[in-house]
Amino acid sequence: MDITKYTIKQISVFSENKPGRLAAIAGALQDEGINILAFSIAEANGFGVVRALVDLPEAAYKKLNAMGFMVSFTDVIAVKMRDVPGGLFEMASVLSEAEINIEYSYAYSGREAAVLILRVDRVDSAVEKILAHGGTLLSVDDFS
Amino acid sequence: METLKGEELHALQAKRLRWTVERAGNVPFYQKMLKEAGVRPEDIQTVDDVQKLPFTRKTDLQGGYPFGFMAVPMKEVVRIHTTSGTTGKPTVVGYTRQDLDNWSELIARNLTMIGLTDEDIFQNAVNYGLFTGGLGFHYGAEKLGMTVIPSATGNTRRQIEMIDDFGVTALHCTPSYAMHIAEVAEQIGTTLPTLKTGIFGAEPWSANMRKVLEEKLRLTSYDSYGMSEMYGPGAAFECPERNGLHIWHDMYLAEIIDPKTEEVLGPGERGELVVTPLMKEAMPLLRYRTGDITMFLEEDCPCGRGMKIARLHGRSDDMLVIRGINVFPSQIEHILRSVPEVGDEFLVYVDRVNHLDEMTIEVEINRNAFRGELEDLTRAQNKVVGALREALNLRTRVKLVEPDSLPRYEGKAKRVIDRRGDEL
Repeated sequence: MDITKYTIKQISVFSENKPGRLAAIAGALQDEGINILAFSIAEANGFGVVRALVDLPEAAYKKLNAMGFMVSFTDVIAVKMRDVPGGLFEMASVLSEAEINIEYSYAYSGREAAVLILRVDRVDSAVEKILAHGGTLLSVDDFS
Repeated sequence: METLKGEELHALQAKRLRWTVERAGNVPFYQKMLKEAGVRPEDIQTVDDVQKLPFTRKTDLQGGYPFGFMAVPMKEVVRIHTTSGTTGKPTVVGYTRQDLDNWSELIARNLTMIGLTDEDIFQNAVNYGLFTGGLGFHYGAEKLGMTVIPSATGNTRRQIEMIDDFGVTALHCTPSYAMHIAEVAEQIGTTLPTLKTGIFGAEPWSANMRKVLEEKLRLTSYDSYGMSEMYGPGAAFECPERNGLHIWHDMYLAEIIDPKTEEVLGPGERGELVVTPLMKEAMPLLRYRTGDITMFLEEDCPCGRGMKIARLHGRSDDMLVIRGINVFPSQIEHILRSVPEVGDEFLVYVDRVNHLDEMTIEVEINRNAFRGELEDLTRAQNKVVGALREALNLRTRVKLVEPDSLPRYEGKAKRVIDRRGDEL
């Protein structure tokens, strides 16, 4: 099984918590014709990390880096959620049984179903377990 | 002594200056300095001969760490104090028994001048320990015979309770702490009716702040000035006229110079205060550059006492006084260098929040310290806060900013934005 296929590169950008930072990031991506598929902001004590899934991660990294932003890639997985009661429970149980820790997550509504983005401590095991339990993961190709 | 004038004063000062130069000869640094300047004690005949002497800088004292500037054997040194410490090493000051006695006398003189007597109850709400303000005032107040409460700092509610329960009439603390006491007292609902005198010092306070403090605490406030190198507080003090501070001419020979050209300035001209203590035994100093900016007031004081200096607000270097603790930007730089997660460019903002000094330091996060996780950043932030607290003994706020976002300077950097100004 090709696990790397399911390892999505999220860009994580350090940002000061002040007006105009998100606009600067989003504007730069727009200039490059890069599409943002999902994003979230984690905030702490005067600064934050903007996390985004984009269709062209390498180009986004290059652009933001050149603008002086501090950017880093983070490996995440994207789980397609079943739109029924218990969908989240099912997925969380699978990871919990395998003692995989979810560091953070955020969701977006994909074309066909809701998609849950997960940052876990062991990406490879998470991919294996979720697939083994019949879960659906989006692959790198789904984002490009 | 306090009202000595003209010839008589000059003769006394010249005699004591000669004595000080003689004693300074026991310190290797001064031995060399006097030799190079070609000045012998007998060359000091008049007060103006002080100008033959070279200046002593704070860095010179740091170079003598710890006991290099003692002019007496250590067995005659009965106490040491230190400054809060700059880049690396603090300045150590030593006292003989006679020095401590002189210092207490000086404090007692100041307290007497503002009308305090052995009938008064005195709460000394400053840091005891290495800071000279605690023990200095403590022994001076005891010498006068006041009832002294060594309350030190902290636990403001307890401080207020003591003022009320013990019937405290005079309070000594930093002006910002006085403001805090006033606020907490208001919350508790006491007007602190017994307080009549406030002695505030160790950090600059504006005329505006004085007005508010006096209204809130219903007392008369007096400004106190000094520094560890001149024993501690008490070197200059406001008399009941409260228009400038008398710098005690029998104990200190004061000059005002242009900090750049080192030219000696006259009354009414603002410059750096240079002090030669005239009675210090353990640690004589010659023309010590205090770094404090002030001027001699031109008019004689109606009280009849000697020369006055204007209240102090600025420094010739970029030293900051935060809650009574001296902080040099170079010190902050030094600390930041020890934290690899951040760069060494920084900006310091100083504000007065709820009447207490707050220092916020903006520092750039290092690119290689960020792997994309928020906790990389909070860890780095906490590390910087911890390192600053450890070294400065101050709680600071640390703001992480983006790499290369702080201004770069060629030559002298402007790293401090002091927004305390004339606000409260």
